[in-house]
Amino acid sequence: MQKMPAWADVVLIPLISLLLAAILSGLVILAIGENPWEALKLMISGSVGSSYAWGYTLYYATNFIFTGLAVAIAFHSRMFNIGGEGQAMLGGLGVAYVCLFIPWPHWSLALIGATAASALFGAAWAALPAYLQARRGSHIVITTIMFNFIAAAFLNYLLVNVLKPMGAMDPATAKFPAPTHLPSLHDILGAFGIPFSKAAPANVALLVAILACVGVWLLVWRTRLGYEIRAFGHSESAAKYAGISPTRIIMLSMLISGGLAGMMAINNVMGEAERLVLNSTEGAGFIGIAVALMGRSHPLGVFLAAILFGILYQGGAELALWTNIPREMIVVIQALVILFTGALDNMVRMPLEKLFLAIRRGQSATTAGE
Amino acid sequence: MDLMTFLQLGDSTFRLSTPLLLACLAGLFSERAGIFDIGLEGKMLAAAFFSGAIAFVSGSVWLGLLAGIGASLALSLVHGLASITFRGNQLISGVAINFLAAGLTVVVAQDWFGQGGRTPQLAGAARFQNITLPFTEQIGHVPFLGPVYVELISGHTFIVYLAALCVPAAWWLLFRTRFGLRLRAVGENPAAVDTAGISVVRLRFVAVGICGVLCGIAGAYLATALQAGFIKDMTAGRGFIALAALIFAKWKPVPAMLACLLFGFLEAASIRFQGQPWPGIGRVPVQFMQALPYVLTVILLAGFIGRAVAPKASGLPYTKER
Repeated sequence: MQKMPAWADVVLIPLISLLLAAILSGLVILAIGENPWEALKLMISGSVGSSYAWGYTLYYATNFIFTGLAVAIAFHSRMFNIGGEGQAMLGGLGVAYVCLFIPWPHWSLALIGATAASALFGAAWAALPAYLQARRGSHIVITTIMFNFIAAAFLNYLLVNVLKPMGAMDPATAKFPAPTHLPSLHDILGAFGIPFSKAAPANVALLVAILACVGVWLLVWRTRLGYEIRAFGHSESAAKYAGISPTRIIMLSMLISGGLAGMMAINNVMGEAERLVLNSTEGAGFIGIAVALMGRSHPLGVFLAAILFGILYQGGAELALWTNIPREMIVVIQALVILFTGALDNMVRMPLEKLFLAIRRGQSATTAGE
Repeated sequence: MDLMTFLQLGDSTFRLSTPLLLACLAGLFSERAGIFDIGLEGKMLAAAFFSGAIAFVSGSVWLGLLAGIGASLALSLVHGLASITFRGNQLISGVAINFLAAGLTVVVAQDWFGQGGRTPQLAGAARFQNITLPFTEQIGHVPFLGPVYVELISGHTFIVYLAALCVPAAWWLLFRTRFGLRLRAVGENPAAVDTAGISVVRLRFVAVGICGVLCGIAGAYLATALQAGFIKDMTAGRGFIALAALIFAKWKPVPAMLACLLFGFLEAASIRFQGQPWPGIGRVPVQFMQALPYVLTVILLAGFIGRAVAPKASGLPYTKER
């Protein structure tokens, strides 16, 4: 007998976990002498209250959709890709090379080229940890953590010593040429006569992110490879028995994962900064973990969770601007979400399962009595 | 390179290895008992802040140390609850703890001191002072051995010596006591330990507790000995280098010390030779030195320098049969 109805698993548990995280965050805000209710109102008006606010929220959400999908697809094959940060950094490098050294005639072609390059670079950065996991049995979590640090040092070296234009002070590449500049949501919606803030950084990469969501859904639930990935994730031994090669599944799921993480760069590097700067990822690779956990590794869930985290990020920035709550409060909230939806899942789940069992027993007792 | 340069390099190697060694031993206890801990970084960071803050407020470094250990233990308890009691994913719990510490330390520091996420400078009794070992004056003028004793061995803070003592202590505890045998068994085959009538849950909580205490000392060292106060993100990846050292050492105390000394030396050398050619090698980019511990660990994991095999039950929650 199923312990719980499916809707409880998909909706109720994440909501309760989120509520617990929100209550604790509220207590932290209360402890530093601010009003949590006022903070919440400010966060919401600052993140969804105007088209300018939405522009930032959606910009952040685009980053998180890519990194969230990256973590989610790896979760399906029971791999924990903690290296999204490094893969996204390398994706940025790919975008920078393509935008700086290929004379693109139009942004649409540049976007295709940059998407391919960012996915390729991100996937390449995931390839070695994946290979080591598949063939050498070295733990993917450890190697991807190490690769994050190696990526940061590598990028730092390239930006300071190689890619920085002559005479420039800050470690960053030159500005990308104008034909590679992506249209913002202002331009896109303006074409349909819908007014949207011009200053906000949300851009066409959001549409690519949504396409990626659809693509991942098709891949995981509508293709043979997706079936194999899920089968492998459920039971490695059963998958092996069914003739599925573990090496192939680990490699492919991690390459796709790394590619998705790398693709984030078309948003933050190509769409927003229009050059590659140091620490361009700003921790989005790690937020992907929270997003994937919240979204239960389903593309639709990832999309919604990414919007939620976009609201958190933009709202948190507004908080830091108008109150004494520092920006790091977002990191605390993010940590609590990861803790409750990921690690303490059973704490919420076990009492709920008991509750549903009790309800069901009560129902069957009454039907038996009639 | 003359003797003095060499001794100074050794001296800063000891200073920089100490937090790595303490965190590495902390991870050793936890992982030997079957609990993965990628939250070493966060525990150290929390301990660094609370030790710095309490040492500043109270003026006593010892109270600071206690506060640091307390903060680290609190996070250990969260990790234990998540990974032992509720059988959650230990890696995810570790990630959450790292973020929790990174965020909370700055939020609380800003609220308490209003200096942009740092504590005020510590001075005097709020810091660990260097200890001059006995007989430095008598031995100091002896050629070679004198300077080695005075510069290299004497003149460190209490925690450096404590960390050095922790290595044989950890070895003895793990490999020569009944407790150590059980702790290692619980990381390899918890069902067997359970069958013998010993509580898996209790043993694992004790191991996670030891891990918390050691991380607490490591964090307190950063804020009250190595530097004079807490600054935002001051652990700077040391928790992960310690994790790398743990793999490098194949989960053994004495090799752990050697690995930490190696990684500490790399850091000391990259500071010493920053921007100038290395003797005998030439110019080395500082970023290469920063990445080297991680690169070495990946090469080790790839199986080119021996093979690192983790405790068998590491990372797996234990479910008692009913």
